[in-house]
Amino acid sequence: MIKVQNVTKRFGDFAALRDIDLEVRPGEFIALLGPSGSGKTTLLRIIAGLEFQDSGQVLFSGEDVSDRKVADRHVGFVFQHYALFRHMTVADNVAFGLTVRKRRDRPSRAAIAARAEELLRLVQLEGLGDRYPAQLSGGQRQRVALARALAIEPKLLLLDEPFGALDAKVRKDLRRWLRELHKQMGLTSIFVTHDQEEALELADRVVVMNNGVIEQVGTPEEIYMHPATPFVSHFVGETNRIPAGPASGGAGDEVHFRPHDVEVVREGGEALLVDNVFRKGGAWRVEGALAEGGLIVEIDIDVAQPRPNPGETVLIRPVRSRVFNANPEGAQP
Amino acid sequence: MSRPRSTTEGRLTQIVLIVLALAFLGVFLLLPLIVVFSEALKQGLGPFLDAVHTPDALAAIKLTLLIAAISVPLNMVFGVAASWAITKFHFPGKSLLITLIDLPFSVSPVVSGLIFVLLFGAQGWFGPWLAAHDLKIIFAVPGIVLATVFITFPFVARELIPLMMEQGKDDEEAAVSLGANGWQVFRHVTLPNIRWGLLYGVLLCNARAMGEFGAVSVVSGHIRGLTNTMPLHVEILYNEYDFVGAFAVASLLALLALVTLVAKTILEWRFDLHHTGAGH
Repeated sequence: MIKVQNVTKRFGDFAALRDIDLEVRPGEFIALLGPSGSGKTTLLRIIAGLEFQDSGQVLFSGEDVSDRKVADRHVGFVFQHYALFRHMTVADNVAFGLTVRKRRDRPSRAAIAARAEELLRLVQLEGLGDRYPAQLSGGQRQRVALARALAIEPKLLLLDEPFGALDAKVRKDLRRWLRELHKQMGLTSIFVTHDQEEALELADRVVVMNNGVIEQVGTPEEIYMHPATPFVSHFVGETNRIPAGPASGGAGDEVHFRPHDVEVVREGGEALLVDNVFRKGGAWRVEGALAEGGLIVEIDIDVAQPRPNPGETVLIRPVRSRVFNANPEGAQP
Repeated sequence: MSRPRSTTEGRLTQIVLIVLALAFLGVFLLLPLIVVFSEALKQGLGPFLDAVHTPDALAAIKLTLLIAAISVPLNMVFGVAASWAITKFHFPGKSLLITLIDLPFSVSPVVSGLIFVLLFGAQGWFGPWLAAHDLKIIFAVPGIVLATVFITFPFVARELIPLMMEQGKDDEEAAVSLGANGWQVFRHVTLPNIRWGLLYGVLLCNARAMGEFGAVSVVSGHIRGLTNTMPLHVEILYNEYDFVGAFAVASLLALLALVTLVAKTILEWRFDLHHTGAGH
């Protein structure tokens, strides 16, 4: 169990983290999701011991590790740009964590080589041990970095934007593969991402962060279906925001609804002046302006329904929506 | 021809600039180099070798090598330490340190020499104490070493700081997270990452350490056979109208410069190769 209690961190005048509390259960796969500057990477680095909090504690299995350096926390850390040692072969990179051990704890040369080969097999890079990092593709380098982190047999695996530098196809394959690996090895993993799709697809639970605070912690389902704050509603998934009418909320309130949570009705809906229509997966994506107020709204209509034409007016009604006060602290992304 | 006019004009400018640059290099760099060697060998190889073989010349060569052998390793260590501190840590006074590293470049070498005379000379701050303990710094080898170390300090650090800044801390943090201690991080990660830049800086540092005139001239005292380095010896011989001798010793220094240039070119080539070949 990883526990973060009341952690605060400042860089000069900038409050990177404010009073953070978080619990991670053994075996969980956790995503720290947020825009840049939200504090997600700082939190990851504090859990790793690469950065130290100004106040608060970090506990591993009930033990306070706040003052322990990264080497003594026994965590695997995968860097955003992999940080592979470019002058070492892939095998030497993977073996690094074993070769730097004190003599009495260090396995024999043969045992280290065997372990490196085993790890390379695990990350499907068998036979590439003699190459240098520069001779590998981005996805392969990423897996070398992972194998290197796993060599010290960490219980906790921390990954900083693990897929950030990869192209879309490789990213998707690697994601699925990482998920498998996490399960297979019984790890507890925390990864940082700004990509909501990645967080929702991969994580058991998602921690949404903004401006140095945690906005919401929950399963991908909870985060998407029941966002706790206007920020989460807006940041995760697509959301339309319109001012609340007298019937739905008070002054300054906003109604949030997803594009697919809208139905077209014959009467009693809001009038939407259709501006642009295109096919998006199994739906017509309709972009238009509300007749009242002129706000831009995007909605999805099932393709079984007639395709609206630009210039037409359709009546729409949100099937599912949430009302937020528009101006609480931290509401703006 | 449909080729736009601007390119033809561009070509003319190009030719003029290249010719100008080559002419300049020829007159100010190549010609003096040729003169040095031709003057040295004017009366044949025999007098040249005789001139280099005099006890005073040999003593000057030995002293120059000794000074370089002491000051270059010292500055290698100082340079790496300063670059490491500046690029890997945050601390107050960092920008002041960066400015101070450049001081030897911006101060006249004569002033640098005088600083040491003022500190360690007979009338200097530490003069009486040194005299009482029978220690000699000024007009002796320690003074020359001090002046040389001061003058050549920036070469290694200036080479390494931009390089290490560009490389960032990720590699070091990765090594630490895998359990490496400070020395292991330096030995297995940082040093290999900077080795070509370091070698390059050491090379330039060495060239300057052997060639430094101004600061060394102030602190040396020009004692023949004892505190004369090669550049000082050249001046003395020249002032005594021993042109063959002066140019013979000067040609050795020029040779050193040529070797440095070749080594530098090779290093730059390897450095580029290493750099582009292993980019992220």
